[in-house]
Amino acid sequence: MFHSKVFVTLKKSILDPQGKAVEQGIHSLGFESVGNVRIGKYIEMDIDTDVHGEAERMTKQISEKLLANLVMESFSCTTEPVKE
Amino acid sequence: MAKLKIGIVVFPGSNCDHDAHYVAETIMEQDARLIWHKEASIGDADIVILPGGFSYGDYLRCGAIARFSPVMRDVVRFAGSGGLVIGICNGFQVLTEAGLLPGVLLRNKSLLFICKYLHLRVENAATKFTSECSPGDVLEIPIAHGEGNYFTDPETLKRIEDNQQVVFRYCDRRGNLTDEANPNGSLKSIAGIMNETGNVLGMMPHPERASDPVLKHTDGRKIFESIIQSFVYQ
Repeated sequence: MFHSKVFVTLKKSILDPQGKAVEQGIHSLGFESVGNVRIGKYIEMDIDTDVHGEAERMTKQISEKLLANLVMESFSCTTEPVKE
Repeated sequence: MAKLKIGIVVFPGSNCDHDAHYVAETIMEQDARLIWHKEASIGDADIVILPGGFSYGDYLRCGAIARFSPVMRDVVRFAGSGGLVIGICNGFQVLTEAGLLPGVLLRNKSLLFICKYLHLRVENAATKFTSECSPGDVLEIPIAHGEGNYFTDPETLKRIEDNQQVVFRYCDRRGNLTDEANPNGSLKSIAGIMNETGNVLGMMPHPERASDPVLKHTDGRKIFESIIQSFVYQ
């Protein structure tokens, strides 16, 4: 069994109005030195296989085909064995 | 002429499916049928409508999960063989996710869900969806969305502009493109585009909400009338 974590973020070139709004909130909170706030998504999942490489390949495929839309987003992922 | 068979795909969370059905059946007097997304085939539909709504609760991204619904495989096949497909609002989002139309629909620049009547300029009237319009015509049709901010990379933008795939742009009542008239921050005020072969249209505004005279706005009918005409001259 493996556990994968996927982070999906908007590409740098894409304006992130949600991140901008949160940044304003952070400034209102008094943290004026904070900038470049970007919102992303975090997805985790278990994969039932004994082969590490296969779990990694599946995670990548799922991320490319469904979790991220590569027109506007990029992703990074990790896959680690689950300790029984 | 025999009535056209208009198939309207119903995803879990679609909520403009019955409006589209009503307009197709009652206003345009064609044969309309709702197609549940689990069906493997669109049957003998002449036209497929992907309606507005919040398919799969807009989870992950708008349209991202709907595009894997069983019926979508047949919709992609149908589109590939030249069949007419129109995606309205959430349907437009599904079409971009399915790769049938280029680009994506991002969160509105204002972050607000916007529901109001606005004006659209017909950029290309030589399409199967706009033949009843003239170039530059201004249509009054409502929008209702939170993610309608059209975006694509510069190369794709150039390609769709050069091919005249931009069918509608947001404009003011006189047809001028202004920042104020662009409700969601869409690139080049784009409100609707079609594919390269001209048989798949995606648009954020809701023509089915501007078709019944009872609602005082009927500009949306021009789109449905154009589609019907395209079969007359086939």
